[in-house]
Amino acid sequence: MTPFVNIYRVTLTYRGSPGSAGVLALQDNSLQVERGEFAAVVGPSGCGKSTLMKLVTGLVRPDAGRIAVDGKEVAGPVKIVGMAFQNPNMLPWRTVLDNVMLPLEIVQPHRSRLRKEKKAYREKAEALLATVGLAGFGDRYPWQLSGGMQQRVSLCRALIHEPELLMLDEPFGALDAFTREELWCVLRDLWHKLGFTVILVTHDLREATFLADTVHVMSARPGRIVESRRIDLPRPRDIAVTYEPAFTGIVHDLRGKIAEVRQQA
Amino acid sequence: MNGLRNRLIRTADATAPLLFTVALFVIWEVVCRVFKVDPFILPAPSRIVEAMIRYWQPLLRHSFVTLWTTMVGFGLAVVFGVALGLVVGWSRTIYRSLYPVMIGFNTIPKVAVVPILVIWFGIGEVPAIITAFLISFFPIVVNVATGLATMEPELEDVLRALGARKLDIMLKVGIPRTLPYLYGSLKVAITLAFVGTVVSETIAANAGLGYLMVQAGSNFQMSLVFAGLIALAIEGIAMYAVFAYVERKSTRWAFRSSMSAGA
Repeated sequence: MTPFVNIYRVTLTYRGSPGSAGVLALQDNSLQVERGEFAAVVGPSGCGKSTLMKLVTGLVRPDAGRIAVDGKEVAGPVKIVGMAFQNPNMLPWRTVLDNVMLPLEIVQPHRSRLRKEKKAYREKAEALLATVGLAGFGDRYPWQLSGGMQQRVSLCRALIHEPELLMLDEPFGALDAFTREELWCVLRDLWHKLGFTVILVTHDLREATFLADTVHVMSARPGRIVESRRIDLPRPRDIAVTYEPAFTGIVHDLRGKIAEVRQQA
Repeated sequence: MNGLRNRLIRTADATAPLLFTVALFVIWEVVCRVFKVDPFILPAPSRIVEAMIRYWQPLLRHSFVTLWTTMVGFGLAVVFGVALGLVVGWSRTIYRSLYPVMIGFNTIPKVAVVPILVIWFGIGEVPAIITAFLISFFPIVVNVATGLATMEPELEDVLRALGARKLDIMLKVGIPRTLPYLYGSLKVAITLAFVGTVVSETIAANAGLGYLMVQAGSNFQMSLVFAGLIALAIEGIAMYAVFAYVERKSTRWAFRSSMSAGA
């Protein structure tokens, strides 16, 4: 069976100004993610993790190698993907609900149905907000929400069009430790409930270990996956698991690996 | 206790601008009287008010000319400024290629252009309108273009990954987020437009406050010159207030969110 996301021997160079050599972001990089799998990519900063996101979503084309999502070669924007970043990127002039519904105004077939079935879509968005603990917040504006709440809204926006693949680029990086752990659980529950595939880019090893089925370690620039580690901790995982020896052992191993690839850089 | 104190502070906050303005005129009056300043050098406010009452008809007529020429020039600047700003902000290439020309164009003192305008259009309202347009056009273009150009790249990525076209991104994100920049620039542009009109009127016009002040000056009617200045200030403040109000009403979100508009 072919993997759901298949990045096969991809190389990408960012061309700078004409004449300069450009930056080799990824070299001969391969990564496979199964359908429904929660994959995390960790690595030292500047290793091209975010580039990986752009490649999978079709925003950037590779110079060499192949990328396929759901068996289809990526040759442009992939509509079955939802994205969220470290910055919640709310539109401040829209209410929370209208922010969540933004993708519906873009993606077909919702785009053409939205006007006619406004009420049904609003209910759907409200239900989604309720699952992340924001029931009744739809009419607020983003500036009335805390950072953690905004990030929940951002997750909802990434999921409203029912994507099969969720791409997360350090989504909890700017939050305080308690809020971050809270949101890990929110994401875990959403994933259990909706069953999408996730690629989570992060540099928080505990986050990766707690959430993911597989953690991929990337080397420093030019980036490539140097190790893929399955996390066999039983599910559903409670936040308490992060204090168990098995968990800390894995985090420790990953940390060692990252230190190693940083030295090579 | 505290409530009373807060209320006092709030009342002081609200009345402070008015008090300050009144104080300024009082000091002006006192200084003129105590030091016996020659009214030809600096007429006291009481003399200016006298002149305003005496010449209220011509003052009103010329004020009206200045107001409507400024508004026409400003209106043109808004229409073309927004249009060009959208074009410039749309693509980096256009932005880069037009920028040097626009900077050069903006560096030219507009006074230097007035004689050319007079040769082209003759003496009258047209040069005033065009000067007002030229001087207030640039800040609008720059602000609209900046609003579009500083769009968060990640947000653009989110929408592009969903298959949004450039037009979608502009309509859903670019233009709404540019509005605070636009309104901020309107406040600046309207005051500049008055400058443009008056500059042109002092050089080549048969009407308008600029023309009135030049005429009064050459007749040694200094209190009338100052009356013209006061009339200009009133017009400027009034129009500024109108656009500040429009700004607050239409883009309230920008005052509450962390995004601050450049003016």
